[in-house]
Amino acid sequence: MTLSKRVIPCLDVAGGRVVKGVNFQNLVDAGDPVELAKIYGNAGADELTFLDISASTEERSTTLDMVSRTAEQVFIPLTVGGGIREVADVDRLLRAGADKVGVNTAAIARPALINEIADRFGDQVLVLSVDARRGSTASGFEVTTHGGRTGTGIDAFTWIEEATKRGVGEILLNSMDADGTRAGYDIDMIRKVREITSVPLIASGGAGALEDFSQALAAGADALLAASVFHFQTFTISQVKEDLARHGYPVRR
Amino acid sequence: MIAILDYGSGNLRSAQRAFALTGHETIVTSDPNICLASEGLVVPGVGAYGACMEQLIAAGGRAIIDARVAAQKPMIGICVGMQILFTNGTEKDGHDGLGIFAGEVNQINAPILPHIGWNNVHSEPSSILFQGLQDESFYFVHSFAAKSAVADASNSWCTYGEEFLSAVERGPVSAVQFHPEKSGAVGARLISNWAETL
Repeated sequence: MTLSKRVIPCLDVAGGRVVKGVNFQNLVDAGDPVELAKIYGNAGADELTFLDISASTEERSTTLDMVSRTAEQVFIPLTVGGGIREVADVDRLLRAGADKVGVNTAAIARPALINEIADRFGDQVLVLSVDARRGSTASGFEVTTHGGRTGTGIDAFTWIEEATKRGVGEILLNSMDADGTRAGYDIDMIRKVREITSVPLIASGGAGALEDFSQALAAGADALLAASVFHFQTFTISQVKEDLARHGYPVRR
Repeated sequence: MIAILDYGSGNLRSAQRAFALTGHETIVTSDPNICLASEGLVVPGVGAYGACMEQLIAAGGRAIIDARVAAQKPMIGICVGMQILFTNGTEKDGHDGLGIFAGEVNQINAPILPHIGWNNVHSEPSSILFQGLQDESFYFVHSFAAKSAVADASNSWCTYGEEFLSAVERGPVSAVQFHPEKSGAVGARLISNWAETL
């Protein structure tokens, strides 16, 4: 009887469609979030994360419909991140069927947003998404916004400690240096963040090979997020879990 | 008909969809007449213990639950909807619960909280909820739990840092600490196991 290590596919969406780099064979419509969510759900995903990269308000409201259609048919937890500016945005997403929301930029601009969301819906609903890169701040890791393009000058560790005090349920630690490289998770960063926080830690950015996953767990991650390795069928969720089990980690099968 | 108690807490639509998946129609409502007349009542709950209790009382939920229990009519509490059935909870400044089960709800003693993810549940053979689901994994999201067995009940257990109660079944009152509506096929089976007793 042990808590399983979670494997979480992440899908980029805009305007209610899955966009950016999903290449499934034998799929009529690779842009349909419900189809992909079902496939990942059946393949053993422990949760699903949607990252809303919509450019406009109109597109964002279509995302709500997508969340609702997905939640209608997929009975595993759904996290939606991206574009959350106020408590009302969270309320809308949860009503549509999201279980958790990821906040990033808006919380950096106005940290009290974290308290407002946590007080209303509980800490457990809030995933603090931290896009960090190596920089010249005190810990050597700087928080970025806008998909890693904009530096904030804020120290990542100071920010994580502050946000955790305000009330977050989990930290999604996304390495902007490793993101897209497929060269492995930023093990050093995971290990250091694990030391300063006691909420669950989701590793993100850089997964490219099977052994990357168990290495992130060894560094202290509780869950593993990946996108392209699943979207391009480099390997399946089952293969990842088999490899984790081989390394002695508990997984749900 | 199964009623899902709407008192402003919990992802009600998820619960409703999960029941629909198993072929059971539900109505999301806070209408006392419907809640009392329904064959089964689902009491969800997310967020802090005290906030849940206050919302429940404000929506008339306490009276509904007490009346159903007195009439021996089935109900199931989910997550904080389980916790509030106990005597009290120590989250934040502490708050009294409904006192249907004797016991306190305390923070889990584990280095990393909340307890988030899929964990195994160990049930007793007498359990109806877990028929065909021995030692399956369910999805949990919580930091607090009841830790002592409820007398004259079928108690199910989970371990995270320490053992805690993951489900209780005593007469018409059932409760689960995890989210069956988010636990895929095994969650659907558990919902079905409960709904078929109605």
